[in-house]
Amino acid sequence: MPVKVMIPTPLRAYAGKREAVELDAATVGEALGRLTSEFSELRKHLFTDDGKLRSFVNVYINDEDIRYLAKENTRTKDGDTISIIPSIAGGCCS
Amino acid sequence: MVTKVQPMAGNAPAARPDAGGAGLSKEEILRYSRHLIMPEVGMEGQLKLKQAKVLLIGTGGLGAPLGLYLAAAGVGRLGLVDFDVVDFTNLQRQVTFGSSDVGRAKTEAARERLANLNPDIQIEPFETKLTSENALELFKDFDIIVDGTDNFPTRYLVNDACVLLGKPNVYGSIFRFEGQVSVFGAPGGPCYRCLYPEPPPPGLVPSCAEGGVLGVLPGIVGSIQAMETIKLILGRGENLIGRLLLFDALAMKFREMKLRKNANCPMCGQHRTITKLIDYYEFCGIRGEEAPAPNLQVPEITPRELKSRLDRGEDLYILDVREPHEYQICNLRGHLIPLGELPRRVHELDSSREIVAHCRSGKRSAEAVDFLKKAGFRKIWNLKGGILAWSEEVDPSVPKY
Repeated sequence: MPVKVMIPTPLRAYAGKREAVELDAATVGEALGRLTSEFSELRKHLFTDDGKLRSFVNVYINDEDIRYLAKENTRTKDGDTISIIPSIAGGCCS
Repeated sequence: MVTKVQPMAGNAPAARPDAGGAGLSKEEILRYSRHLIMPEVGMEGQLKLKQAKVLLIGTGGLGAPLGLYLAAAGVGRLGLVDFDVVDFTNLQRQVTFGSSDVGRAKTEAARERLANLNPDIQIEPFETKLTSENALELFKDFDIIVDGTDNFPTRYLVNDACVLLGKPNVYGSIFRFEGQVSVFGAPGGPCYRCLYPEPPPPGLVPSCAEGGVLGVLPGIVGSIQAMETIKLILGRGENLIGRLLLFDALAMKFREMKLRKNANCPMCGQHRTITKLIDYYEFCGIRGEEAPAPNLQVPEITPRELKSRLDRGEDLYILDVREPHEYQICNLRGHLIPLGELPRRVHELDSSREIVAHCRSGKRSAEAVDFLKKAGFRKIWNLKGGILAWSEEVDPSVPKY
């Protein structure tokens, strides 16, 4: 299934400065797996050392939080948009 | 043009006796006339605004439009919490302040500006840092708390205090050209911890190199927060409760995500585990204020030492690990390899030479020195305080940014 993964600004530096990446995946987990194998620096920002999604990173499929669907096993449909939404605190360092 | 039609008994102001006694003066009626002629606000709504008590946490980028619009709208009591002083670099986005305010306490400069904008409202400056010790006391006299801070510990503190007191938290945050807005802590709605149970560890927070903010962005995000605050006061429209609004200024796109109340939320869930305010710096993995990421102990050289060694004609190799757009602002004619590119460009460096790495403030270059030492480099130092310290101690013609 071709899906679009939206990369948030703070993580674009680790994803070749891309705003969005289109890839083929049947589940959200597969999409994130493909994404982090293409952009290996992204991995530590999204996953813990034992491969779990970090708790300060939320993943949405369209406008739904995957935590309330089948988490990483959530199946994708053609044209779905997956959004990575990390917490941002606002401001910048002085 | 203005003719008095059917004056009321005794020509009294058109106050409603059932509006808690807080009527509007003739001046106020004129001032708020564009609200009063809207059925969605009207006299009833304007009196609600007049009786409302809103506390703004932070008077910076988000606090600027918040303060200005809420004061202009006639929010009767406006509290301002900030401990900071107006800095020259704030003026690019913190439009409450003027150039002559540089060096003044932000709460005082904002109070003066807002009082000038609307002398009919009560403005209460609290020149203090919001802490676990004072938050509940500060919040208790206000109806709505607006979070316009710039750091994770304060965001969790504001959230938790709002949930404990049952007060809505109008949340906004920004990063470069992206913003997030929501309303947390409303009855039945999610809280910030439902969305983000934990903060990111300090090492994974974007560094200076990726920082910065487009000056208009806080204007837009803060204005949306002001709008949500006013809607909460009026009890009109649909608030961003259970919705996270995402704004991308570059793409000029708004998106919206559904937020659910997390049944297992440690703060607002059925089995809450947090029942009082905690140490939020510890919670966020930050020891002490503004503590830099994991204590990197690397060899350092001061700007003065570097200057005298260069003056003696010593063969030192200057490595600049900032980004190309920063190099354009000012540089020490060093060899530029941005920190993020260092691992794959390390072959450009000669480990037999003495290398001094620098960045803007010394933080990124400390990471670079740490990395290069692990890669086997022995003669390498970090320029203490970076280009900022160089400008301060050696060459004031180098601009600070």
